[in-house]
Amino acid sequence: QEPQASGLPEYIKIVEVGPRDGLQNEKVIVPTDIKIELINQLSKTGLPAIEVTSFVSSKWVPQMADHEEVMRGIERHPGVQYPVLTPNLQGFHSAIAAGATEVSVFGAASESFSKMNINCSIEESIERFEEVTKSARNMNIPVRGYVSCALGCPYEGNVVPDKVAEVSKRLYSMGCYEISLGDTIGVGTPGSMKKMLEAVMKEIPLSALAVHCHDTYGQALANILTAIQMGVAVVDSSVAGLGGCPYAKGATGNVATEDVIYMLSGLGINTGVNLCAVMEAGNFICTALNKKTNSKVAQASFSTGTI
Amino acid sequence: ATGAYPKRVKVVEVGPRDGLQNEKNVVPTPVKINLINMLSETGLQVIEATSFVSPKWVPQMADHTEVMQGINKLPGISYPVLTPNLKGFQTAVAAGAKEVSIFGAASELFTQKNINCSIEESLERFEAVMKAAREASIPVRGYVSCVLGCPYEGKISAAKVAEVSKKMYSMGCYEISLGDTIGVGTPGSMKEMLTVVMKEVPVGALAVHCHDTYGQALANILVALQMGVSVVDASVAGLGGCPYAQGASGNVATEDLVYMLNGLGIHTGVDLQKLMDTGTFICNALNRKTNSKVSQASCRL
Repeated sequence: QEPQASGLPEYIKIVEVGPRDGLQNEKVIVPTDIKIELINQLSKTGLPAIEVTSFVSSKWVPQMADHEEVMRGIERHPGVQYPVLTPNLQGFHSAIAAGATEVSVFGAASESFSKMNINCSIEESIERFEEVTKSARNMNIPVRGYVSCALGCPYEGNVVPDKVAEVSKRLYSMGCYEISLGDTIGVGTPGSMKKMLEAVMKEIPLSALAVHCHDTYGQALANILTAIQMGVAVVDSSVAGLGGCPYAKGATGNVATEDVIYMLSGLGINTGVNLCAVMEAGNFICTALNKKTNSKVAQASFSTGTI
Repeated sequence: ATGAYPKRVKVVEVGPRDGLQNEKNVVPTPVKINLINMLSETGLQVIEATSFVSPKWVPQMADHTEVMQGINKLPGISYPVLTPNLKGFQTAVAAGAKEVSIFGAASELFTQKNINCSIEESLERFEAVMKAAREASIPVRGYVSCVLGCPYEGKISAAKVAEVSKKMYSMGCYEISLGDTIGVGTPGSMKEMLTVVMKEVPVGALAVHCHDTYGQALANILVALQMGVSVVDASVAGLGGCPYAQGASGNVATEDLVYMLNGLGIHTGVDLQKLMDTGTFICNALNRKTNSKVSQASCRL
């Protein structure tokens, strides 16, 4: 992409993770038809990618137990990607059988987090993912790689940027087309974001990088701004800021898509996304969940009656 | 690209004034005094204490003289107070104030609705305050409201912001705090506005006062820092809602700002834990939840 005079990307791809990452971290189990309606509404907003569900055992993630029904039940809009999480080969096969055409795998830059989250070392998880990417390659299915704890770990604390770069490189080399760097507990700041990206950018081309910032410490938009100033052009976010933080009780998690779009619009960056439509989808799911939105833009817009 | 950041940032704490002024519950005087005393222990160098405005207009600030006289004034810390006119200035000085602030705006309609006169007229009123302050060797801080948008006029031109800022600076204000009063600004509009203002006022005399109503405050502050601004206003616990958007948030939380500055290796002199404790105190006293995400995250229920 040609950089604007400001040095920022002209276009930023927003990856909407509300239906998966968001709902997975909400206490209330959401009925299947509500999930499907949410995704259908999001499909009409202009969002280019919507993470739909997770093909993980319902024993571990009850919220995602209806993965097959959701996958089969949603409207598939042309030009919109509907990736799903596939933690292993079995999940991958189930996903494909249910009609998935893009999958994601989740690595971590912290050994402790990897062990606590998926019960194996980083190396073992990489081996599992290689099985997935190998099958995916054979079937022409794109795979997105996530690296959790990119700016800090709930167990290990500080995470070294070189470790993030190393894990990112492994995922990229095995065939992931994009690496989403996740500030899983939201502890990152523009300072640590910059250092981490500098290390990762030595190993991965900029165009293959995304940032997945949590707003647990209110730093998400500042961190995203730092990333896009460095040329990152893919940003993950969650409608209405769905999804609390499992590591800090009562604290927030994902950054709200509405707030990200508001910032990017103000910077003259094109996202292709209709902010009002996203706010309406956010309003729908918050009503269904009987909760207040975590999006400040939505809060302010409803208050001033501009929606 | 990310330029160099200032090595030090002065944090101006506006919670006791701007924060409390926009809180529904009237806070008892001893609680206000305790709040300011606790803030004085955090390392903050500037704490806006109260407003010498008529209690008819701002009941929350009716106890301005008691507060001013009741607080511990620690050496090295400044306790500016708002003085909308000469009368307020005189009362403030009599009560022991050593620094005052005056509030202008970059929007005619906002000025009309807020203080019932034009921008030009408001500056004439301030001239009287400036003169008296000069004679008493009292420094004056100037605020410009609506720098990134107005609840009545909508879009505000950067040229207008620069014009009002320049006038207030020329009148003798040592610092101009540029306020995104309704929080609609983004890094884009912040950059554009500062570029124009910095042609008229030296960056060393500029501060930013960002509201978080649309969640943009820290990103806007980041851009301001990148452009060389090194004074940032904030409110402990994010006290103070937005009077123009019911239920929406207002001031950016000092805790969240300090967290970001710490992460950037920028020196503030502020002890984050003591700040969080102060936020907890005032939120309990107000019977409300904090607006600071850092405080929320650090709290293990």
